[in-house]
Amino acid sequence: MKRFAQLFDELDASTATSAKVDALKRYFAQAAPADAAWAVYFLAGGKPRQVVPTATLRTLACEQAGIAPWLFEESYQAVGDLAETIAHVLPPPRHASHIGLAEWVEQRLLPLRGADPLAQAERIAAYWDELDAPGRFLLTKLIGGGFRVGVSKLLVQRALAELHDLDAKLVAQRMMGYTDAKQMPDAARYAQVISTSGAVPADAGQPYPFFLAHALDAPLAEFEARLGPPRDWLVEWKYDGIRAQVVKRAGQVSVWSRGEELMTERFPEIVQLAAQLPDGSVLDGEIVVWKDGAPAPFNLLQQRIGRKTLTKKVLADAPVGFIAYDALEAAGDDLRERPQWQRREALAALVAGAPGIQLSPLEVRDSWDELAALRESSRERGVEGFMLKHREAHYGTGRKKQEGLAGGTWWKWKIAPLSVDAVLIYAQAGHGRRASVYTDYTFAVWSRAPVDAAEAQAVVEAIARREPAQPGALQLVAFAKAYSGLTDAEFRDVDRVIRQTTLEKFGPVRSVKPTMVFELGFEGINRSPRHKSGIAVRFPRMLRIRDDKPLHEADTLQTLEALLGVGASASASAGAG
Amino acid sequence: MSSTSAPTDDLVVLRPEGLYCPPGDFYIDPWRPVARAIVTHAHADHARVGHGHYLAAAPGEGVLRARLGQIALQTLAYGEVVDHFGVRVSLHPAGHVLGSAQVRLEHRGRVWVASGDYYVAGDVPDAREDNLTCTPFEPVRCDCFITESTFGLPIYRWRPQRELFDDVNRWWAGNADQGRASLLLGYSFGKAQRLLAGVDPGIGPIVVHGAVEPLNRAYREAGVALPATQLVTDVSDKASLKRALVIAPPSVQNSQWSRRFGDASDAFASGWMQLRGARRRRSVDRGFVLSDHADWPGLQRAIRATGAQRVIVTHGYESVMVRWLAEQGLEAGAFSTEYGDEQETREETKEAAAVSLVDPPAATRQEPPA
Repeated sequence: MKRFAQLFDELDASTATSAKVDALKRYFAQAAPADAAWAVYFLAGGKPRQVVPTATLRTLACEQAGIAPWLFEESYQAVGDLAETIAHVLPPPRHASHIGLAEWVEQRLLPLRGADPLAQAERIAAYWDELDAPGRFLLTKLIGGGFRVGVSKLLVQRALAELHDLDAKLVAQRMMGYTDAKQMPDAARYAQVISTSGAVPADAGQPYPFFLAHALDAPLAEFEARLGPPRDWLVEWKYDGIRAQVVKRAGQVSVWSRGEELMTERFPEIVQLAAQLPDGSVLDGEIVVWKDGAPAPFNLLQQRIGRKTLTKKVLADAPVGFIAYDALEAAGDDLRERPQWQRREALAALVAGAPGIQLSPLEVRDSWDELAALRESSRERGVEGFMLKHREAHYGTGRKKQEGLAGGTWWKWKIAPLSVDAVLIYAQAGHGRRASVYTDYTFAVWSRAPVDAAEAQAVVEAIARREPAQPGALQLVAFAKAYSGLTDAEFRDVDRVIRQTTLEKFGPVRSVKPTMVFELGFEGINRSPRHKSGIAVRFPRMLRIRDDKPLHEADTLQTLEALLGVGASASASAGAG
Repeated sequence: MSSTSAPTDDLVVLRPEGLYCPPGDFYIDPWRPVARAIVTHAHADHARVGHGHYLAAAPGEGVLRARLGQIALQTLAYGEVVDHFGVRVSLHPAGHVLGSAQVRLEHRGRVWVASGDYYVAGDVPDAREDNLTCTPFEPVRCDCFITESTFGLPIYRWRPQRELFDDVNRWWAGNADQGRASLLLGYSFGKAQRLLAGVDPGIGPIVVHGAVEPLNRAYREAGVALPATQLVTDVSDKASLKRALVIAPPSVQNSQWSRRFGDASDAFASGWMQLRGARRRRSVDRGFVLSDHADWPGLQRAIRATGAQRVIVTHGYESVMVRWLAEQGLEAGAFSTEYGDEQETREETKEAAAVSLVDPPAATRQEPPA
């Protein structure tokens, strides 16, 4: 545990990839296999379910530290992380622990679940008393179910591959499903991952590592120069669903998400469709809710995923379909080194034999300009734009770009997000790296267009005097929260303005005198009775600071109302920018 | 919360210029020019230019003059008493930096103490935890204690400094073994000297930035033992830099100056390094939690030791400290001072001032942070 906490610290402290890989190799070189098995699990993104509710941890920490809840809360606000707050407020440990990670997890953490609350509290307090601050932090993260580490699965694979002189792709393949919550990691499992004797009994349902796409960020005029002619590319619509691999082997179907989560049970419709495929087939594609011959908005799919049990009603309200766009294995042959066009042919053949599975349609045009024009219909079609895949490219691993900048990459050519200009009215400090910096903002639009700057200013002055808005009068209406899209330098600037214009503090939240206008982008917009504005936006983020925009020219509720229709009918570049 | 409206017979009140003693007609660490100022220590947010007359602790004379240039300065040995309009004034060690002092005021049987910045760590006294570069903090009994509160949250509890210096030495030795310089960032005045006094000079040569050396000189002249240091321009054998510990102000991070050390490992020494968020914002290889301010247990212990029934909190987590003290049954209030904004700005201010020691005098004027 101590050694793993130290590794976590090293990974957390270093920003250089090579330093992280070195730290990982140092750890794995000396760790006992059972400990290493759990370390791989946690580092590769495995999350044990929450063992103890965080509220319990909070209360227990206050008791152990002898501080009042308000003082703990103040501390938490300064730290921005619960486990770290707990690690620091507790008095220094009185005992030392030399137990390894596996024993900690298997003998101590997991048995906590389901223990009666008194026994839980007693044991956790005793555990805390054996660990220094880094150890406590880690333990509390693991108990609270909030463990995250600044290292990618790819890096873990690279470290293990380098350490055991294996191909990183092979390690990646062996690690597929490793973090699936249904299986406990153990020394035997770990031994399979790092086995150098070759033959590892491959689990029949194992998927391949996903090949991830990159955003294409170039003006249309440069497409020809950068990508070559459209005829070299397979152009498909980009669906807004869940990326998935469907594996059919030995009579069984497995459905895997891009996060390597086994989702077979959530999508019985897809299992049924894929059962028609011959053994030794693996398809890559998108799961979408399919209604009335078109993909439905993502939030329907999201709602369905949130359901614990799939009732008949859920299945009827949100039926899913699978849009296949790649074949990674056919007749048991790994096709990933074959060119895209050949895989496409294999895919077409497989899909033809499995009615109901949809073949992702190809759009063939002579020029990028024609494709660009066609792309403008994305919103009507309920898609996000185009995917571009080079005809000759093989199927890569992860987000790594292949040699020859353009050719080996899958490109996302997405339409511009919906956007409005909104006013910052509340701010909250961020978490983690952004603790103590105001980075989480609430934005508002005008209830109607202000007549002029003076009218808008009068509202701002009334807000500054804490006067409640008159019913029916011009006011600012909160509608979205956003915390991404600015650079660190921009966040610092905004943070400064927030501190200078703070009106009131409500716990961690500050209300500010409205002075700043931002262009907010979002992916979707829907009516929502739960929001004060009556409108909910999907994935809002800051596109830029509109220093050039006076407050009274920010957008209005009517702008948002108008965008509600856009999802179905109008074109992309909405907003009053 | 604010004590500005407190009864007029208070020995210290808040005025726009700073903390003011009405019967003595002088200020303590004022932020605007006044006729008479007692200065607790030479950090920029406490010692400003433009006052008519200065009173400070004798050990800090060198650094104060280096910082403020030509000033009318009177010094007192720690514990020495001077009477001013019936107020008995004496200065007592604060353990923060060389020459740092608490101000004891006695008038008509009442005793008030203003702490300035001070360093004392842990729940129990432990001489091994003292700041080796200055006289350790000394509790002074009083009726009212005006205390700083920079690290006034229970998350700030310093590890024993010998463990901390073990970590620094291990990091330095590890880098030296790999042939990498160790760039250790810390404020030029106070922190740099504390680092120098704490590290193991046997590991390799020690190089300091040009902003640090004048302060080292002042410390050495005041009798503080520091290991041998050299400026990078004085190093003739450039290969020896690969084993060197380089102590420099934080402002050199990613600068032309620091690039000469090549693939150096960098670290930052500050109490703020206690938190992951702060460490990551700094983006250095290592964060060493070393502070010249009291930690949470230290603050509690220092306040208790004064026996004061009334406590006024100046800067840091004021509202937290005030509420906590009130819950302990003390009469607690706050002074809203201009000793820096929350958290890092304050330290940055000090840093700018420390660096300005080597700049022309015109640049030493440090504006208070917004």
